[in-house]
Amino acid sequence: MACINMRQMREKQSGRITAVRASGELGRRIRDMGLVPGTRFTVKGRAPLKDPVALRIAGFTLALRNSEADYIDVEVE
Amino acid sequence: MARTFALAGNPNSGKTTLFNALTGARQHVGNYPGVTVEKKTGVYRMGSREFFLVDLPGTYSMTAYSMEEVVARDYLAMEKPSVVVDIVDASNLARNLYLTLQIIEMGIPVCIALNMVDVAEGRGIRIDIEKLSELLGVPVVPTVARSGKGKRELMDAAAQLAEKTDRISFPPISYGDDIDAALAEMEPLISGKNLLSGHYPARWVALKYLEKDQQIVSVGDAENPELSSELLRIVDRVTLHLSRTLNTDPEAMIADHRHGFIRSLLRQGVLHVENESSRLYLSDRIDQVLINRVAGPVIMAAVVLLLYHVTFALSEIPGQWLESGFAALGSIADARMADGMLKSLVISGIIDGVGGVLEFVPIILFMFVGITILEDSGYLARVAFMLDRVFRVFGLHGSSVMPFIVSGGIAGGCAVPGVMAARTLKSPKERLATLLTVPFMNCGAKLPVFALLIGAFFAAYKAWMMFAVTIISWAGALIVAWVLRHTIIRGEPMPFIMELPPYRLPTVRGVIIHAGERTWQYIRKAGTVILAISILLWALMSFPTLPDHQVEAYQQAGMEAELARAELEHSVAGRIGTTLEPATRLAGFDWRTNIALLGGFAAKEVIISTLGTAYSLGEVDVEEAGGLSTRLASSDDWRPLTAFSLIIFVMFYSPCFVAMVCIAREAGSWKWAFFSMGFNTVLAIVLAVMVFQAGTLLGL
Repeated sequence: MACINMRQMREKQSGRITAVRASGELGRRIRDMGLVPGTRFTVKGRAPLKDPVALRIAGFTLALRNSEADYIDVEVE
Repeated sequence: MARTFALAGNPNSGKTTLFNALTGARQHVGNYPGVTVEKKTGVYRMGSREFFLVDLPGTYSMTAYSMEEVVARDYLAMEKPSVVVDIVDASNLARNLYLTLQIIEMGIPVCIALNMVDVAEGRGIRIDIEKLSELLGVPVVPTVARSGKGKRELMDAAAQLAEKTDRISFPPISYGDDIDAALAEMEPLISGKNLLSGHYPARWVALKYLEKDQQIVSVGDAENPELSSELLRIVDRVTLHLSRTLNTDPEAMIADHRHGFIRSLLRQGVLHVENESSRLYLSDRIDQVLINRVAGPVIMAAVVLLLYHVTFALSEIPGQWLESGFAALGSIADARMADGMLKSLVISGIIDGVGGVLEFVPIILFMFVGITILEDSGYLARVAFMLDRVFRVFGLHGSSVMPFIVSGGIAGGCAVPGVMAARTLKSPKERLATLLTVPFMNCGAKLPVFALLIGAFFAAYKAWMMFAVTIISWAGALIVAWVLRHTIIRGEPMPFIMELPPYRLPTVRGVIIHAGERTWQYIRKAGTVILAISILLWALMSFPTLPDHQVEAYQQAGMEAELARAELEHSVAGRIGTTLEPATRLAGFDWRTNIALLGGFAAKEVIISTLGTAYSLGEVDVEEAGGLSTRLASSDDWRPLTAFSLIIFVMFYSPCFVAMVCIAREAGSWKWAFFSMGFNTVLAIVLAVMVFQAGTLLGL
């Protein structure tokens, strides 16, 4: 179990969010989509130019840019 | 009076499908005042009773983050519907309930439609409906919107709820000791002074202050500045405390506790999931191919090309019907009406003008059917995902791709549906930049102009020239987008946090309703404006008339073609063309080209027919461009450089009037439509002059 930044995750890697360090509108948007501490997810894939990244969360798939993933800390399995 | 039910829910929860199933054809599409968010209303009949339904925009939350959220929240607060029917995707319960909680917090009676229970069951998800209803304190009705299953029971439950007079209580959420204490302190202050009490419950106002919701705080400031600043002092105190002790802020705290509440609620026996482990659903398996880093882009290109070919193949024949229909109408008018100004107005002004617009209807319709299918199936979100990185460089967004392609990114689209397709963009700045740059694409009306000029002057390199034309328009559009995003629409890019919705087969009804209503908007809005414009243009090219003795002189000499030319030169349009000539000469255009370009402000199709008239060939239509082509090629006034300069000008100058109407509509102000007219025309003339002068220096 290691704590890393979401940007550094490999494809197919799973993890659990430990912290969302964004505030303001970006933070609100991230939390509105259910990305809060405790949420488990798997990196489903990356776009052709490696950005954005697609995450598989419990009931849905979410895409976000690396520049947004930077604000999210993850404990990988 | 009929009761009003508002339909709320996450995007992709099946909300619109349910709305269509409930109201059928009895619906009306409009806009919320002052914004471009669509407002759909309809009527549901239950025996002799009628209910008024409002389809709120799909949102994930009730913060004031996007236009949609502000619209949905304002509607609930100001219009006070009897009941909010909250559509919850059963296969995605945790995230959907986040919105549910926030609606309940607003103090409006909520009835949950637990939608897509069939999909959830197929995935081994079992939901204890009674338990969910009990824990949230609201009625829950299972539905399958696609088949209409459960819609009667849902409306029954909503109607019963509407009869109840007792206000439902808040869900028993704790937001943590610090926030709870602050709420307990703020609530009595707010209810004591009745701050915003006409619209919102006191506890909700307190929550919004803690979340630092700009909209609510500014309304509160205006209503009672003293109380507002007292509340903000409490908020500041809590904020400081939370950042010192827990390194977080109230807003994050509240969101985390809402999610925590939902998680624990689901664990209390509401949700049972069989073999949850890393099971791949159908959508995930499709995505393994469609957003694969190698296969994905190839398939995307193929899909776009197919959309194109199918659209143009299908719309060709109905387009011809319309064209020959208007031609027939024209010849009837020609035969029945007495020669004179009125006849000229009816044929050249009204029939040709309105016909020119209505001939686009089949293309628009089929293009929207195609885009609606791509959008509803979930594929469009993948296209945005794959291309976001490229478009971001230029200050645009992944979702800008489709408007560009539809406008003629591969050549032969139309900026009108392109501008309308920009609706899928949620971020205002990227959307505006997209709206202002898609008209640079090579639409189907510019193509005949290019085809004519290339055929006449670059016949040996046709394919290469077409390719160059496409590249130049893309480069121009992206560079202008970059410049705009760094000057007048400067601003940080909006976060790209987008759901990639599960793949679904679009419903036939949904596609017909969606594409049909967009097409109808085009016919209605653009049709009225273009009528006025084409009459104006006709007048400019017809008045003032030549003195009678001159007309007679030409007629006696049998010089009908020369007469047409002289009449044109004498008209207002002709004089404008001549006046502009000294300036446009720098780009190589004479007064006759100027008139054609002037006509192009109304519609680009007009360019060729006007050039034909101006070059004394009488009626030249698009299909018979060959005659004009030979004529231009042999004219002393023209050489390849002139043609290339004209291509550049036509590519970049003002969008046509129909496109301008759409830009004004979508951007929410005529200011932007006039901006694109002025800016694009200046850009075009500058580029054309540069090309022409540089070419002349090089001896081309």
